Amino acid sequence: MPGVKKYDAIVIGGGHNGLTAAAYLSRAGKKVLVLERRYILGGAAVTEEIFPGFKFSVCSYVVSLMKPNVMRELMLPKFGLELLPLESTFTPLDNDYLLRTADADQTYREIARHSLRDAEAYTRFGPLMGQIGMAVRPILETIAPNPIRPSLSDLSKTKKLLDHFKTLSSEQFEYLTKLMTMSSADFLDEWFEYEPLKASMAASGIIGTFMGPRSPGSAYVMLHHYMGDIDGAFRAWGFQRGGTGAVSMAIARSAEYFGADIMTEAPVEKVIVKNGKAVGVALENGDEYKSDIVISGLDPKLSFLKMVDESDLPSDFVTDIKNFRIRGSSGKVNLALDGLPNFTCLPGDGHHLRGAISISPSYDHLEKAYDDAKYGNFSKEPYMDIILPSVLDPDMAPPGKHVMSCFVQYAPYDIKGGWNDQKREAFGDAVINTIARFAPNIKDIILHRQVLTPADLESTFGLTEGNIFHGELSLQQLFTMRPAVKWADYTTPIKNYFQCGSGTHPGGGITGSPGEMAAKKILGIWS
Amino acid sequence: MSYENQFTAHTQLKLSPFFKRTSKLNESQEWRRWSGFLAATNYELHHENEYFAIRTKAALLDITPLKKYIIEGPDSQRFLNRLVTRNISICKVGQVMYTPWCDEEGKVIDDGTVQRLSENKFRITSAEPNLNWIQHNATGMDLTVRDDSVSTAALALQGPNSRDILNEVASDSLDSLKFFWMMDTTFGDISVSISRTGYTGDLGYEIWMDPKDAIAVWDLLLDKGKSFGITPTGLQALDIARIEAGLILLDVDYVSSRHALIESRKSSPYELGLGWAVKMKKKDFIGKAALEAEVVRGPEWDFVGIEIQWHELEKHFRKAGLAPGLPSTAWRTSTPLYKGSKQVGYATSGAWSPILKRYIALAHVKSEYADEGSELMFELKVEHYRKLTPAKVVKTPFFDPERKRSCLA
Repeated sequence: MPGVKKYDAIVIGGGHNGLTAAAYLSRAGKKVLVLERRYILGGAAVTEEIFPGFKFSVCSYVVSLMKPNVMRELMLPKFGLELLPLESTFTPLDNDYLLRTADADQTYREIARHSLRDAEAYTRFGPLMGQIGMAVRPILETIAPNPIRPSLSDLSKTKKLLDHFKTLSSEQFEYLTKLMTMSSADFLDEWFEYEPLKASMAASGIIGTFMGPRSPGSAYVMLHHYMGDIDGAFRAWGFQRGGTGAVSMAIARSAEYFGADIMTEAPVEKVIVKNGKAVGVALENGDEYKSDIVISGLDPKLSFLKMVDESDLPSDFVTDIKNFRIRGSSGKVNLALDGLPNFTCLPGDGHHLRGAISISPSYDHLEKAYDDAKYGNFSKEPYMDIILPSVLDPDMAPPGKHVMSCFVQYAPYDIKGGWNDQKREAFGDAVINTIARFAPNIKDIILHRQVLTPADLESTFGLTEGNIFHGELSLQQLFTMRPAVKWADYTTPIKNYFQCGSGTHPGGGITGSPGEMAAKKILGIWS
Repeated sequence: MSYENQFTAHTQLKLSPFFKRTSKLNESQEWRRWSGFLAATNYELHHENEYFAIRTKAALLDITPLKKYIIEGPDSQRFLNRLVTRNISICKVGQVMYTPWCDEEGKVIDDGTVQRLSENKFRITSAEPNLNWIQHNATGMDLTVRDDSVSTAALALQGPNSRDILNEVASDSLDSLKFFWMMDTTFGDISVSISRTGYTGDLGYEIWMDPKDAIAVWDLLLDKGKSFGITPTGLQALDIARIEAGLILLDVDYVSSRHALIESRKSSPYELGLGWAVKMKKKDFIGKAALEAEVVRGPEWDFVGIEIQWHELEKHFRKAGLAPGLPSTAWRTSTPLYKGSKQVGYATSGAWSPILKRYIALAHVKSEYADEGSELMFELKVEHYRKLTPAKVVKTPFFDPERKRSCLA
């Protein structure tokens, strides 16, 4: 009966971070309830059979940043976490291609085909970025201190980080500073000369942001993508068997194993706040659940501007949240295919279809795509990060058939005249036409096409403005500023109301990190 | 001197009947020796994809180099029951049993599978040549022993999609074939036997055939298996999988008592974690008396799985300013294990398990330190310096999916 059972904690949103927080709290013996609005768990890390027999990782499609300790502590391999290697990055060009694989010799030879100098620089670049990723890692793993009114533990945390930074070499420090401030294009220009190589690498600096490769700050996003770590190897991307939804399901099974209750089709209307304290939640159907604390896995806009009343919050905080930049810039096109795409520059089946396919022939391609978006249009020739999940995991499609996942940028949320069905299809057509430029057979093998605009990402998955990271990963929105100064440690101005989504430190991607650290913070307060 | 010769190892090493295909597919051209055969180390430049084929798709391995013997005749059951430690008298026609066999001192000579092909006909597989030992012990019995190593070719098809592929190819359904049973069937007009066995601890099969059909079978499997992700797989991937499955390897995890130069290199089945395969209720078998005595005094050693603890491992590397250095392939270097300052064992093979996200190893440990949960220190080298890092004794198999044993019908 609603209202009868009282929980220690209620988590709003069954996305992977909400589930991670729930699993950690349950593991500590707390009675936890997770409430998910949709019929299916996972939030943006979800697998759905959109077309009969074809499974799509509908939104989020690769895994890299999932924290090893989260995997271990929540026993995720036992509950179905299986990460397959994405072994290459293939950049098709009009008359040539660039194929980088996991093998250093092969990659050296391939880059040398285009630039001997770059091939050599590339062998230094990866390890250096890995070392810098490692240097930054302690920040990602520290609960952000309150810089305004630091507590004793905040001070000791800050000291620890400062001590850590003293151990960096001057080279590391130099590059770290550059990465924090420069554009990815400028940064890469210092290293490489072959345009398709630079553009493909710069592309990871624009994913999920409303920036172009020449926008300052994009280098940091590139670094964020370098901090991935699978099996200790930095910069290794993985594909979850069964799609990213299987990651969420593994976390959900872990949470249930530790005793959490999980409800789907249970949309929360409001957090119940009494005397400045969260005491439970009210569902849209009127049911109420009481709990000692409430944790929101939603993005900051929803957590503070929808789930609670502005009047319950300090006005400066409301201003901060309103100013929090969450501009959606990307869409997703998922295709059910009758066969494999055949690239003109590298025909047939092969290793190049087993990794990422990056539509990033040049800086100008990316920058022009961004220009379209700046002025309120979707990119006529977008940047794309494509994978073929069924090549890695045949169970994703019927035998002999395939699924193709295309992450597409840019598609601005604020498109001129607003998104509608016609625009969605036009956007889908632009995507297909761009792929067809490199793989002309694509148009003949499409059995079904799912086009998701930022507006769809918002309405279906609750991502405000369709932003895949719950807020951009720009410098002013990181660490002690994410989502707002003083409230970057998972607490909120409302007592017993916490946040654990990607809009908190250390940000987006399938990391489990915000969920884990929020739970650890809460458990610290509880004890 | 002529440089006209095409690349062939024919004059030096034996080539499997699948070599015509495997040699063309082996992009890395990395080969190992396996019983005098050339066997693919990995087909691609990295074994990663092949490893994941075993665990998530289907891996195809040429296992022809296995030693195989046919034992046939009225006394064959009685003989095998005396030769090995398992109870062969309860092995039904179509059943397969994994077993070690020992010398009179109860020390293990080799391990392999016994297949009962008919009432009076068995096939036994082994890692090393055993013909001499088998014949020697069969003296006076009404049976024949024939070396079947070259007269039968074999493939292993391992992984969750292996059954689906065989169902596409075989004229009979594999759905009701149970773990460690076998059946005869045909692929078109080719006769094969399929046993539900393998060295990966996953759903998997081994296909036994006449070498003249080898190429046809290979082509058929690759063709029909393509949409199920069939992947030619080498020994490097297999080595990780077999460690995850907790399966021992002769000359890596133990030494055959027939080749051990010193007593301390020999192991009893109990000392290899194979106590379950010793059937003391049998009237007699080679090594029984010695093993009975060992049971009474208690085996000196145990063979266990250990897990190297992540947190401390990571710390060692962090201190050196490095990301955790994990082995990308399985290692086979004997590595000391300590309790306090005393060495109480050694790990013989280990690997980072990509599917479990755990660093695991197989180890010989003095019995008193071998209980599950026992905490030991594992020797590790970080930037040229030796460190000790905690490792815990854990249950094997490390990886044991339900699909390994489950049946569809």
